[in-house]
Amino acid sequence: MQWRNSSSHYGLVSIFMHWLVAVVVFGLFGLGYWMVGLDYYSSWRQTAPDLHKSIGLVLFAVMLARVLWRWFSPPPASLPNHGRMTRMASKLGHSFLYLGLFVLMISGYLISTADGRGIPVFGLFEVPASLTSIPDQEDVAGLVHEYLAWTLVIFAGIHALAALKHHFIDRDRTLTRMFGR
Amino acid sequence: MLKKTLVALALGGALIGAGQAMAADYAIDKQGQHAFVNFKISHLGYSWLYGTFKDFDGSFSFDAAKPQDSKVNVTLNTTSVDTNHAERDKHIRSGDFLNVSKHPTATFASTSVKSTGEGTADITGDLTLNGVTKPVVIAAKFIGEGKDPWGGYRAGFEGSTKLKLKDFDIQKDLGPASQDVELIISVEGVRK
Repeated sequence: MQWRNSSSHYGLVSIFMHWLVAVVVFGLFGLGYWMVGLDYYSSWRQTAPDLHKSIGLVLFAVMLARVLWRWFSPPPASLPNHGRMTRMASKLGHSFLYLGLFVLMISGYLISTADGRGIPVFGLFEVPASLTSIPDQEDVAGLVHEYLAWTLVIFAGIHALAALKHHFIDRDRTLTRMFGR
Repeated sequence: MLKKTLVALALGGALIGAGQAMAADYAIDKQGQHAFVNFKISHLGYSWLYGTFKDFDGSFSFDAAKPQDSKVNVTLNTTSVDTNHAERDKHIRSGDFLNVSKHPTATFASTSVKSTGEGTADITGDLTLNGVTKPVVIAAKFIGEGKDPWGGYRAGFEGSTKLKLKDFDIQKDLGPASQDVELIISVEGVRK
């Protein structure tokens, strides 16, 4: 398998980033859902949000790299058995996943930095605050983050179901292509 | 309106003429913000956490000679809570604490004032917070009054009271050292 995408196959870089993002997004959702319900005296009360934010910021960098890579090495063409509607739907769906993920990560960043505090990433360095003047910033960003997180994981689930439908019902290469076949 | 004002003026004039002091009405100085509604709560029993409500308004009437006739009313926007930490403020506004989307305002209306000494009084009143109304007693201290340099007349007080979080249906348990919160109200009023 080659690093770059070809006109018919995904390359290693795209495949790796796809599955990495998939695992991390569901992981962050689980971690986020769990951490907001933690008791004040839980030993995870501080570490879990720190982890959530650190991983989220790294994910942001990965997603930027992913978009750049997509531009540098475009994904393979749609499969020939996919009709116009399928192509349109998948294009829209993928755009929403990308866009939604960026808005989700930015909204999370805006909660924690609303008062000008930066976010330490794994205790190694700090991402500084930037935008701090949105009215009720932490609350507005919090609502966006919460609702968008639910929307995105549900949407990612639909994305997975669609891939399974292509694999088991249409019996095409949609899913296996994401494993390099 | 004009008639009312004239009557009030005439009445006021008559009273002053008779040499009697009368309770004056004051508006809390919101414009210059010489007024604070602060609170403090223990953090784990190790330190005090201070917070403030930035947006509130109110009025009081006061006569130094007859403190028992004093009245005070305050309305406060619970969303305006600020503890100098955005994530904590967001948490305080949530259902764990103040439920601000459901209960955006808190109010205090005095029902009686009892003098307790030179310049001190217990102000009893109804506090509505998080949708719960309960009588509380604010131990108040008269700080001072007089003309200000800009043509107005001012009077100021500070008072405090202790609330049990549970009494106001605040669900989150912060531990044994943090069951109560102390409200510290420091206001200056400008005579209307």
